[in-house]
Amino acid sequence: MKDQLNALLGDAQATIAQAQSTAALEQTRIAFLGKKGKLTAILKRMGSLSPEERPIMGALANETRSQLDALLEARGRTLKAEETARRLADETIDVTMPGRTKSLGHKHPFSIVLEELEEIFLGMGFSVATGPEVEWDYYNFEALNLPQGHPARDTQDTFYITERMLLRTQTSPVQMRVMERQQPPIRIIAPGRVYRSDAVDATHSPLFHQIEGLVVDQGITMGDLKGTLEHFAKRLYGEETRTRLRPHHFPFTEPSCEVDLSCFRCGGKGCPMCKGEGWIEVLGAGMVHPKVLRTGGIDPEKYSGFAFGVGLERLTMFRFQVDDMRLFYVNDMRFLRQF
Amino acid sequence: MKLSRKWLLDYLPLDVSSKEFADKMTLSGSKAESVEQEGSILENIVVGLVTQIERHPDSDHLWVAQTDIGGECAQIVTGAQNVRQGDYVPVAKDKSVVFGGKKIKGGKLRGVMSNGMMCSLEELGLTQHDFPYAITDGIFILGDDCTRVPGLDIHEAIGLNDVITEFEITSNRPDCLSVLGLAREAAATFGLPFAPPIPKTSIAEDAAAPLLSVQIDAPALCYRYAGAVVENVRIAPSPRWMRERLRASGVRPINNIVDITNYVMLEYGQPMHAFDLRYLDGNQVIVRTARDGERITTLDGTEHDLDSDVLVIADANKPVAVAGVMGGEFSGIMEDTTTIVFESACFSGIRVRNGAKKLGLRTEASSRYEKELDANACLICLHRALELVELLEAGEIAHGIVDVYPTPPQANTIPFDPDYVNRFIGISCDSERQIAILQSIGCKMKDGTILVPTNRKDLEQKADIAEEIARFFGYDNIPSTPLRGLADGRVTPVQRLQRKISTVLLAAGCSEINTYSFISPKAYNMIGLPDDSPLRESVTIINPLGEETGVMRTTALPSILETLAHNYKNHNADAALFELATVYIPRGTEELPIEKQQVAIGLYGADADYFTIKGIADELLAQLGITGYDVRRGSDPSYHPGRCAELLIDGAPFAVLGEIASQIAENYDLSARLYAAQIDFDTLFAQQNTARIYRQLPRYPAITRDLALVCDAAQPVLALQKIIEKAAGSLLEEIQLFDVYTGDQIAKGSKSVAFTLRLRSKDGTLTDEEADKIVARCLKNLTAAGANLRS
Repeated sequence: MKDQLNALLGDAQATIAQAQSTAALEQTRIAFLGKKGKLTAILKRMGSLSPEERPIMGALANETRSQLDALLEARGRTLKAEETARRLADETIDVTMPGRTKSLGHKHPFSIVLEELEEIFLGMGFSVATGPEVEWDYYNFEALNLPQGHPARDTQDTFYITERMLLRTQTSPVQMRVMERQQPPIRIIAPGRVYRSDAVDATHSPLFHQIEGLVVDQGITMGDLKGTLEHFAKRLYGEETRTRLRPHHFPFTEPSCEVDLSCFRCGGKGCPMCKGEGWIEVLGAGMVHPKVLRTGGIDPEKYSGFAFGVGLERLTMFRFQVDDMRLFYVNDMRFLRQF
Repeated sequence: MKLSRKWLLDYLPLDVSSKEFADKMTLSGSKAESVEQEGSILENIVVGLVTQIERHPDSDHLWVAQTDIGGECAQIVTGAQNVRQGDYVPVAKDKSVVFGGKKIKGGKLRGVMSNGMMCSLEELGLTQHDFPYAITDGIFILGDDCTRVPGLDIHEAIGLNDVITEFEITSNRPDCLSVLGLAREAAATFGLPFAPPIPKTSIAEDAAAPLLSVQIDAPALCYRYAGAVVENVRIAPSPRWMRERLRASGVRPINNIVDITNYVMLEYGQPMHAFDLRYLDGNQVIVRTARDGERITTLDGTEHDLDSDVLVIADANKPVAVAGVMGGEFSGIMEDTTTIVFESACFSGIRVRNGAKKLGLRTEASSRYEKELDANACLICLHRALELVELLEAGEIAHGIVDVYPTPPQANTIPFDPDYVNRFIGISCDSERQIAILQSIGCKMKDGTILVPTNRKDLEQKADIAEEIARFFGYDNIPSTPLRGLADGRVTPVQRLQRKISTVLLAAGCSEINTYSFISPKAYNMIGLPDDSPLRESVTIINPLGEETGVMRTTALPSILETLAHNYKNHNADAALFELATVYIPRGTEELPIEKQQVAIGLYGADADYFTIKGIADELLAQLGITGYDVRRGSDPSYHPGRCAELLIDGAPFAVLGEIASQIAENYDLSARLYAAQIDFDTLFAQQNTARIYRQLPRYPAITRDLALVCDAAQPVLALQKIIEKAAGSLLEEIQLFDVYTGDQIAKGSKSVAFTLRLRSKDGTLTDEEADKIVARCLKNLTAAGANLRS
């Protein structure tokens, strides 16, 4: 019987080595170790052995079984690995072919820049405020120290609805509306549409967007205005951006300034974008005029503040080097898909 | 304001380059827009002395001239007929550039060498106003007001060598619309001494009584009127230096008297006017409001009806000028004028502005008066004009001056508070420095108070003083500080929803657009709004740019359709877009309109159909957590009657969507099928439900049942679904429509509708019996509604 077992082992070894697939290997396993397999057939004859021989032969049979198991498993692993490799090779595809996409919509470039800007100011503790686009003359002009007959009204060609009602020419009326409903500290930005009767061309539109900023608190200085705008400019256009304040005049701020940023393209050396000046005018700002604070119900002896206004169109044009403002309002898909 | 450097140097010892001048002035508040070197385009043009001139051997109209151009002789062939031997002319040498950038090179003309060109005024960029004695259709023969040295550069020889800095002057600084005003700013900017000049005339203290009487009937509108008569006027061109300065300032020289008025205006900022005394009946000036029915023909030849809104200068009988705007036709200076009146007056800014607006005349004078001028300057300006008359020998001043000045203004005073300035600006500038700055702009200090000069009406209170200190201290020198203190920055709830909507629609493949808020009133016809639709009531612009942008939209649909049309016409194969569009609903003249937002979506393309737009709306509502809404067939006239849905909450419609009716699309020249949706933002805002509570994941298996039903073809599927949902109750986990069929297998007028129901209990494994019971309940209710199980 021992010989039989040895012969079986030898026979199995050869058969296992010859198996060329996992399926063939499985056949081999069944032929040798299955219920009707060769090992079982040998073991069936155990009953004819003497009680002394049985445990010896039993141990020998078990050893043979585990040797066979080990052989089967080793061969199985090899075959599986070969088969996997073959299958993977068969499944090769051209990986350079385009992927299947679900086409997403595109944000309007205004929204991209506006959200970025809002994020910057939210980070500095500004909240977002809004006001109506169809506005009273009072909020748009009168309360902002631009009484009837003020020559500066001429520079803002106004669309009128009635003698007293108009399309706001600036987002500044939101300043007044905020001051009327809130005592300091105030820290807001107010983005929105504004209207001026300018004919449409590459740099003018009768409708455009401004973002107004207003800070009112005790001890607010022009240095704070400068610091705030410098931070904004660096965040929006990069750390190397420099800011320049130039004295100017707005009726609702005193002192007033226009704010230039070092040219985003040439960094201030002078190029066609900045018309060789190295600076690009980006916003208007100033310390809130005491008359305006007072009109808004805030005591200018106790509080001071600053305000600024920036044109979203200009920021967006600079950001994406768009040279024609009309593109923003025509909404051609070929344009929108670029953003 | 164009500033001549030569003129400025008359009053200020300025020793910096024009570039540095422009830069520093900009930083102290006078923004230099441009710096222009006069005649900079001209190159290599010099004075030439014509030493010999003879006819061209082969031409009957050309001449051959020999010119001395400074130690060398240039032979020049010319077609001009006005050049004689001994004339000094501008010679554009070989390789030179004349006005307009034209390059001049030597070459043969009909066989004779010509080494350049003699220039006309035009070729130097000049006109007869600059050199009245020159002819226009010939060579410019230099007169004795030029430096006639052969070889001398032409710029220098004829005074075409000024540097002009153009400043943007803000409306609060009319004082800077003048050479002296800018000189003062420059002096303060560069720390130079500056003393305004004091004009001197030969008028004796005991001069004869004025030839003119002046009466101000409207002292609230005319603060001061000063006048003087000049006799034996000799009208002639002004001298070159005056013409040069006027030209540099952008003003055309006319004749000595007119030029003097302009010169004084440019120098002092004070408009001057000159009348011919002949036309001043009664030698009388009366400043009054016009009488109804009066008329005047102004210098420009237009006739105007006047009324009491207009302030006029009148003589004993009639208006002779619109005060501060323009003189009358016959009162102007003529060639034969012998006696003139100089007017130096100050009028109410608002009145001049209204008068100018009313008559449609905006002049240099009116635009200055509008900004409120300094009445104190009137007399000194009149003296300056008379000084110039004497200097130019343009007439005689034998009689005294009239000066009617009812109430001279007090100098405004502002407390001097250097600490406030430092606190407010955030600087430390000691009081000596602050005082020095204030003095440099003309303020005087007295007992801790600042006396503001009367030409600085913009300085009213301490914040204005802070600005003056800050701009000469230098905005650049203000230390930057970050905002102090905690603040909680947040977006508004409305904005948060806008962003959410935007995110969903972008993910749904729609691109965001921005369209004008104003539309043409015709757009309402284009989208088929009924004549009696309340949406036709729009906020209307009184003074629109054009009809196209005449009214504020009450619906975003026209904007969407126009944008789709643009894309379609430009061969974009598909488009999907949306706008969070504001619409404006009027509420009369006493209340501002309601401004509300519409979520407007539009699309077209090969893959688009009704269910695309419906799906986008479904997804948007689902993302916003809005479930309890109803859908029914809509009847919006802009939409296809069979493919329009209306969404409702509690019976109130809040959205319409579907396919745009083909006749509406045709109004936009579109043959494609268009799909649109308009959803009311306020409803989304009110109904949004973003609160979420976790539901346990299923622990027991589900049972799936399909229901194929046959019902009337017109039966809305949603109604069947709702019946099933109600009947199945809470064990219905999900219901899905998977097929709708009409055709041969189904009776005509009927359709087959198939749903898949997934049933599950959270308390245990559902049995088939339980599932059957639920299905039976559904079928019973469905049958009652006319939908039977398909056999």
